[in-house]
Amino acid sequence: MKRIFAASLIILNGLCSAAFASDMKLAVTTSFHNSGLSAILLPEVKKDLDLTVHVLVVGTGQALNLARRGDVDAILVHSKKAEQRFVQKGFSPYRREIMYNDFVLVGPSLDPALIGRTGNIGEALTRIKSSGQPFISRGDDSGTHRKEVSLWKISGFTPKKFSKHWYKPVGAGMGAALNTASAMNAYILTDRGSWLNFKNKQELKLLYWGDEILYNQYSYLPVSTEKHPHVKMTEAIELENWLTSSKGQKMIAEFRIKGEQLFVPNAKSSP
Amino acid sequence: MNELLAGIGDAFSLLIALDPDLLEISSLSLQVSLTAVLIAAVIGLPFGAWLSVSRFRYRRSAIAILNALMGLPPVVVGLIVYLLFSRSSPFGVFNLLFTPTAMIIAQTILVTPIIASLTHQTLRELWFQYHDLLISMNASKWQRMKTLLWEGRRGLLTASLTGFGRAIGEIGAIMIVGGNIDHLTRVLTTAIALEVGKGNFPLALGLGFILIAIAIFINMAVHILSKTEREGTW
Repeated sequence: MKRIFAASLIILNGLCSAAFASDMKLAVTTSFHNSGLSAILLPEVKKDLDLTVHVLVVGTGQALNLARRGDVDAILVHSKKAEQRFVQKGFSPYRREIMYNDFVLVGPSLDPALIGRTGNIGEALTRIKSSGQPFISRGDDSGTHRKEVSLWKISGFTPKKFSKHWYKPVGAGMGAALNTASAMNAYILTDRGSWLNFKNKQELKLLYWGDEILYNQYSYLPVSTEKHPHVKMTEAIELENWLTSSKGQKMIAEFRIKGEQLFVPNAKSSP
Repeated sequence: MNELLAGIGDAFSLLIALDPDLLEISSLSLQVSLTAVLIAAVIGLPFGAWLSVSRFRYRRSAIAILNALMGLPPVVVGLIVYLLFSRSSPFGVFNLLFTPTAMIIAQTILVTPIIASLTHQTLRELWFQYHDLLISMNASKWQRMKTLLWEGRRGLLTASLTGFGRAIGEIGAIMIVGGNIDHLTRVLTTAIALEVGKGNFPLALGLGFILIAIAIFINMAVHILSKTEREGTW
């Protein structure tokens, strides 16, 4: 019975998935995917390497989890501390920095908390808190959420203790959180790419950016073959080499939305 | 309101252009959900029939549990199937995660209790009518089940269509086990969620209308092919 079950699974699988010359699974963060950069890069990867990259769009937390269990071959995420822990525990041989973009604060176009004229992010967040204006937090343990929590902490606050009357963790991806923010006309921390591509802006406006601490480093981590012998290391490294090649880095730098550059490539020549 | 109109507009322009991506995700939606319903019917119809002609000690609890399973939360089923087929798990070696097969398995689990339970409910009524006849004919249990399944086919069709309705509109389970991978496991519901995430409401609505249209089309097609609800058979 068990054998019949196994055999039928394999047949079903064969029927359903087309045969590819070479493919791999890459988990990326919503912020990276929603920017539209993957739609520009991956067709080139296919052309140059004959490699089909199947992209899973998840939060950084889930991406790390998928990689830890060996369900993907590599991940592209942005949460340096979590990445370093991940490498330390041996789930990935190394992390390779690829590029960075920046986080921005978005809010009501009238800007009742007056964050548009502040000098640094700490002051901007303090003003939002003391104004009592609604603030949407991702609340999903993603890279963006972790960044937001760390920014509050740097500014001397503990988000866990915030009143839910104004601080609202929605537990959702970047797009869903932005939808909530535009429905409530609330402040929110987002990455520039997701913001520029977001089509449901309503009354929201880009209000604060530029503090160096808001730079957001993306790293590429192949999954360790020691933990998971089945992962496609060759393909994962091929993709890494492409992303860090002069062509890949140039394409990242030249990617524009509405005339704005989103990502700054900063891969070093060796990991 | 304007967004609703824009959604209808988007639905039509996608349909008129016969957008290849739309065809791909729609056909995958149908492929996954119809296969799941087919497998669920193969399991659920005989099981429901067996339940209605059998009398055993824990029958009442079995029926209560089956009815409760109709409300299985898709996200939980998705998570369980994910954990079963994850590479670090017993079935990981089959390499089924993030394939349409995994999506079919998850939806089969969701749909089987619905079909089995509705089958049981339909055939139980019939069994009261046919009981004396079938007993007097000394029909075996298998013959009784066959007779009931045949005589109750109209109701069973509705049971299967209910299961299909659950499957085609489902997202919680297939998002987790399928992963919404472009050109591989993206179906209508996960594509809609993606467009909502991008704030692209008109396209999301457009895809939603197409999903509803497909569901209506399948139901009509089944009724026409099976010649139910026609004049004279009302």
